Amino acid sequence: MSAALQHLVNQPYKHGFVTNIESDVAPKGLNEDVIRLISSKKNEPEWLLAFRLEAYQRWLDMTEPTWQNVKHPKIDFQAISYYSAPKPKKKLASMDEVDPELLRTFEKLGVPMHERAALAWVAVDVIFDSVSVATTYKEKLAEVGIIFCSISEAVQHHPELVKQYLGTVVPPGDNFYAALNSAVFTDGSFCYIPKGVKCPMDLSTYFRINTQESGQFERTLIIAEEGASVSYLEGCTAPQFDTNQLHAAVVELVALDNADIKYSTVQNWYAGDENGVGGIYNFVTKRGLAKGRNSRISWTQVETGSAITWKYPSCILRGENSVGEFYSVAVTNHHQQADTGTKMIHIGRNTRSTIVSKGISAGQSNSSYRGLVRIAPTATNARNYSQCDSMLIGSQCGAHTFPYIQVQNNSAQVEHEASTSKIGEDQLFYFAQRGIDAEEAVSMIINGFCKEVFQQLPLEFAVEATKLLSFKLEGSVG
Amino acid sequence: MIDPNSKVLLEVRDLHATVDGTEILKGVDFTVKSGEIHAIMGLNGSGKSTFAKVLAGHPAYEMTQGTVRLDGQDLSSLAPEERARAGVFLAFQYPIEIPGVANDQFLRLAYNTVQAQHGKEELDPLEFDDFVREKMKQLEMKPDFLDRSVNEGFSGGEKKRNEILQMALLEPRLAILDETDSGLDIDALKIVANGVNRLANKDNAIVLVTHYQRLLDYIVPDYVHVMEAGRIIKTSGKELALALETHGYDWLHSEAGRALGTQL
Repeated sequence: MSAALQHLVNQPYKHGFVTNIESDVAPKGLNEDVIRLISSKKNEPEWLLAFRLEAYQRWLDMTEPTWQNVKHPKIDFQAISYYSAPKPKKKLASMDEVDPELLRTFEKLGVPMHERAALAWVAVDVIFDSVSVATTYKEKLAEVGIIFCSISEAVQHHPELVKQYLGTVVPPGDNFYAALNSAVFTDGSFCYIPKGVKCPMDLSTYFRINTQESGQFERTLIIAEEGASVSYLEGCTAPQFDTNQLHAAVVELVALDNADIKYSTVQNWYAGDENGVGGIYNFVTKRGLAKGRNSRISWTQVETGSAITWKYPSCILRGENSVGEFYSVAVTNHHQQADTGTKMIHIGRNTRSTIVSKGISAGQSNSSYRGLVRIAPTATNARNYSQCDSMLIGSQCGAHTFPYIQVQNNSAQVEHEASTSKIGEDQLFYFAQRGIDAEEAVSMIINGFCKEVFQQLPLEFAVEATKLLSFKLEGSVG
Repeated sequence: MIDPNSKVLLEVRDLHATVDGTEILKGVDFTVKSGEIHAIMGLNGSGKSTFAKVLAGHPAYEMTQGTVRLDGQDLSSLAPEERARAGVFLAFQYPIEIPGVANDQFLRLAYNTVQAQHGKEELDPLEFDDFVREKMKQLEMKPDFLDRSVNEGFSGGEKKRNEILQMALLEPRLAILDETDSGLDIDALKIVANGVNRLANKDNAIVLVTHYQRLLDYIVPDYVHVMEAGRIIKTSGKELALALETHGYDWLHSEAGRALGTQL
């Protein structure tokens, strides 16, 4: 790889600072006592403790998955602290009473926590290590019957809703990391859109891992009742540590008849340094159930951070005419590894799904697309279109595609397209010969490559994603 | 057009260059004045295309000796994009495809970058659209070409026309056309040649790198040079190209050739 390319992909991570704040951290290690401690700290009802303990039992019998195309040393689950919360100076009555140190942290990260200073029409739930520290626009949303709060709060104030839906899309024993999350999840966002309500603003959660030895296990649950619609955004960063931190989240979406959920992620966890030391292990289970007729679930993700990304935001298309979408850009650089993709499970008649995956690899990184399209015997006239494109920057990185297609109904139409391209010295020279420097050239090529995915993002997010990508790949081109 | 009063635009002295450690250019001397059209001919492997790329600053080639000056400015210390902004333009023999990047965006960025360099006004997308469409008409290019990705799926002729369009947009001081005639049918060749002739003026210069006399029927050079083994071994008027066409390159080494060459 030429020097200009090298230089372009090698920019430092700018969210790598640590906030000096007093935290309440549980002792390291995992056992029933720790789970009881978390549950009691959060003043949880008995059924939720039972849910956690059952998940823990399932987890003990499971082994870590090894089929993914990534390599990492064995994780010592007893060396992780499963609960870390910033100590509140006193009970919070309003946003103005949030610890100023925290406010400054999120200001630095560009997350608006003051409603009056906030990005117009985006409500934010902010999660710092294990707990939600603030949610904006709560009252405004409540006027139209929307519940948007931390999941801990939902457990206290809307237990019937949480109990009805929690674990119905991702059951506690679904997989190793989902079971772990079900046992120890500490916070996350909860969102309920009542019948017929179109959510008047984008809802958003911002995750920040701060403590070095803590894991982050958040749980998000979004329910859209009949005819409801919502657009949900998720952003994440973490400080720079030379040890690896585990982030094992679970996100469940439920869409009833004619409901529409759009879930967008810009993931920028710390990725480790240029030698692959440190960084977040991002092992996440995200799944949406398109339960009702004509319902729609759409995932858009821009994955730029984490040492390892292992996630497959999926759609179970149960309702007749339901629609599932997955638009993804995954960028890996240095020694990052990503094994990401989706599952589209077609159960209902006339269900449709679209998969557009763009993988960009630079440095010595490795990026894999893994996707399952399953057409069940009941899914008459189901259709799927998949497109997987990979782009390589330099000659030491890798891109892989693992498509799995299972069709059990012969009325189905399934299409799969794939391509691989490379940003080479000759392309950059062509730009240079027209007066355009390497940085602008790479940004133009990458944005062109990702266009179909960026178009799916809400506007502010699209701008952010474009900047983040250019930044991420600065120095990789030479 | 040869004008004894015009200024030297490009001056190359004793240029040596290597690729992967192998010396390809072994002492090139070459002078171009404003308003002139030069043709560089020679067999495959003689170093013509390498010379073109070295002038543009291709990173795969290393200049090991000699000097290259444009308007008196030393080019060897400039990055390729700086040379382009200073007015060096290379029309590529094999223009590369850039999937996903729309031609109009690419052309506008290139145009505005060079405009900015000269302290001139940049154009917004709408203004640029009018501007570029006018230029495209002269090259008989289809309007849908602007929405397509740069060179992607273009025919050989479309790629070459795109190169000349870029030349028309950037108005370089020195345009080097590397085998621009290859892969063109006669109609396309005429269109491209007309495009180039329209751009030639007393303040710029054109260097044609070519195998064949054919192009020179349409773009008439003031000088023809023959390159061999990394050096320019012969310089003469446009008649030299016709003589090469008839007698081949070996003839240059024969007694008769040398004699005829002196007469030319």
